[in-house]
Amino acid sequence: MTQRERNWLLVAPAGAWFLVMLVLPLSVVFIFSFGERGAAGGYVPAFTFEQYANLPARLTAFKNTMILAPLGTLAAMLIAYPLAYQLAVRTDPKWKNILLVLVIVPFWTSILIRSYAWIFLLGGRGIPALLGTFGIEGVRLIYTPFAVLIGIVYGYLPLMVFPIYVALDRLDNRLLEASSDLGARPLATFFKVTLPLSIPGVATGCMLVFILLMGEFLIPALLGGGKVFFVGNALVDLFLQSRNWAFGSAVAFTLIVIMLVTVTIYMRLIARLQTGRDDVSVM
Amino acid sequence: MKNRDTISKTKFMEELRRYEKGSVTRRHFLGVTGLGAATAVMGAAMPGLRAGPAFAQDIGDRVVLATWPNYHDTANFDAFTDATGAFVQVNVFGSNEEMLAKLQAGGSGWDVFVPTNYTITTYVSEDLIEPLDVSKLPNYDPSAFDPRFSDAGTVDGTLYAVPKNWGTTGFAVNTAHDGGNALTTWKDFFDRTKDDYSGRTMVHDYQLTTIGNALKYFGYSFNSVDENELADAEKLLIEVKPHLFAISSDYQPAMRSGDAWLTMCWTGDGKQMNSDMPEISYVLGAEGGEIWSDYYAIPKGAPHSDAAYALINHMLDPQVNAREVLAHGYPVADANTNALLPDEIKNDPILYPAQELLDALEFGAAATLTDPNRAELLARFKSA
Repeated sequence: MTQRERNWLLVAPAGAWFLVMLVLPLSVVFIFSFGERGAAGGYVPAFTFEQYANLPARLTAFKNTMILAPLGTLAAMLIAYPLAYQLAVRTDPKWKNILLVLVIVPFWTSILIRSYAWIFLLGGRGIPALLGTFGIEGVRLIYTPFAVLIGIVYGYLPLMVFPIYVALDRLDNRLLEASSDLGARPLATFFKVTLPLSIPGVATGCMLVFILLMGEFLIPALLGGGKVFFVGNALVDLFLQSRNWAFGSAVAFTLIVIMLVTVTIYMRLIARLQTGRDDVSVM
Repeated sequence: MKNRDTISKTKFMEELRRYEKGSVTRRHFLGVTGLGAATAVMGAAMPGLRAGPAFAQDIGDRVVLATWPNYHDTANFDAFTDATGAFVQVNVFGSNEEMLAKLQAGGSGWDVFVPTNYTITTYVSEDLIEPLDVSKLPNYDPSAFDPRFSDAGTVDGTLYAVPKNWGTTGFAVNTAHDGGNALTTWKDFFDRTKDDYSGRTMVHDYQLTTIGNALKYFGYSFNSVDENELADAEKLLIEVKPHLFAISSDYQPAMRSGDAWLTMCWTGDGKQMNSDMPEISYVLGAEGGEIWSDYYAIPKGAPHSDAAYALINHMLDPQVNAREVLAHGYPVADANTNALLPDEIKNDPILYPAQELLDALEFGAAATLTDPNRAELLARFKSA
């Protein structure tokens, strides 16, 4: 067996998986998006752009997703960074692993159950009742965009913490000492050395969370009370309620395209940011 | 059958049922997740749980039932398992559309499902439902059923489905907040939502009932697919939306906690809430609204056909059926079962409303289920 054949053999499982589980289903979605809805629902083959022309009917869903997904990513990042920093830089190594496990523990329970639990925490007898005892009356949390944001941050925080943690954990202490020796205050050191070097972790975390959020439907459905409508919710309704597979496919395909474009621009930006910061790297 | 580990099996079953009840009772919860199958996995994971068969014929080790939340007395399933050796795997669904979508997609693996009256002709025309062999259902006594609630099971002279329960779609209102001014109509429902019930009202995440009841506000038919009438309903719904607490069919938790005061509601949920909290009353809008009837049916290609017939026959036993009613609070149309029910159930105005209220109600129509404009209207309302 030549090296070339061995290489092919090694990538064959991943390649087959990629083909069967990704390329084929996506092709089906693409083809269906030019079809029509059957009389009792489902899909009837056709070649029409009608489904794409109808996309403005889901404009609000796209708008909500395009606002709340980046906002949720940003909020998760702002909360995750100090946590990851504390874990990676400030924590005694013997506690590190225990604390890391504590970050993962919520993953042992289904996101469904955990999100459902928030209904009771944010409901009138939960946090608002607690605020009431401090004299803050009439707070409405459940079934608002804010509730969705809380659910998003809660659900996706670990995904953000880990990549940032890894980036910070690998940070070379000598760089920080050098910065300090050269007269930089701790805050300046953080912004000039620590933060730029952890950008790859932040970028990875943001991308993971952002991509998953773009397809999110569970959290808005449970914590948004059906009033905060994401593209994911529109898709669930199109396939399970109105059974309009053709329009559903068009919406799904549009979402994929938007995601590809956004992520490409994002990666370009990050890459530019990285090369611009070559000056702080000693490697 | 009484072998040594019978008790532990029973106990284990009880635990399993509790799990089912605790986690899989919410219509909306399941509607949005499609995870009704969670319980099915539980059931499938335990082949060792089967009791020894005492049934004349071996019907296999399981039967898969697709049904609605809060809709069975699980003790009746246990009795079936004890008698036949077949475990009842329960999949819970959120809407008829979802059931239809699963069957259209194929490979559902269901043996028995519970379609509502207006869906059956669609299942027949889509060739998704099996004609029933009455000889395998000795407990089915057609003459005992009120034909209003059983005739949708027969399409073009062929029996496809036998009646389970019937009920109504009205609204539940927390009367502690009505200021002595009771709500009696769908006009009240929507007008008061914009007024003293603002921020406290829930409507179903379901086109049939939410649009249907908005149509009743104007006195139109619950089933209307008329463009102008639907446009009026849409205008009303979008006007009311800022005043809604939520658009969700999972209304019991919010009503019970006091977050919501008013909601569209099905008979059994109304009965369950009213029993625990008498200040929550169940009202049928005076203009009318929906009356419905659910059926047991067998999908085409059911993997355990014998077990499917055995289960339906078991559930039609009046003794079993009476226990069902006591557990879920939905009425039956079977005179043999009604004869076994206590008077306080038969005289309960929630289960058996006054005739003049019933007269105003309409059965959902097949066209209402499949109308693409109504589905789009609800999507526009939700994303508005």
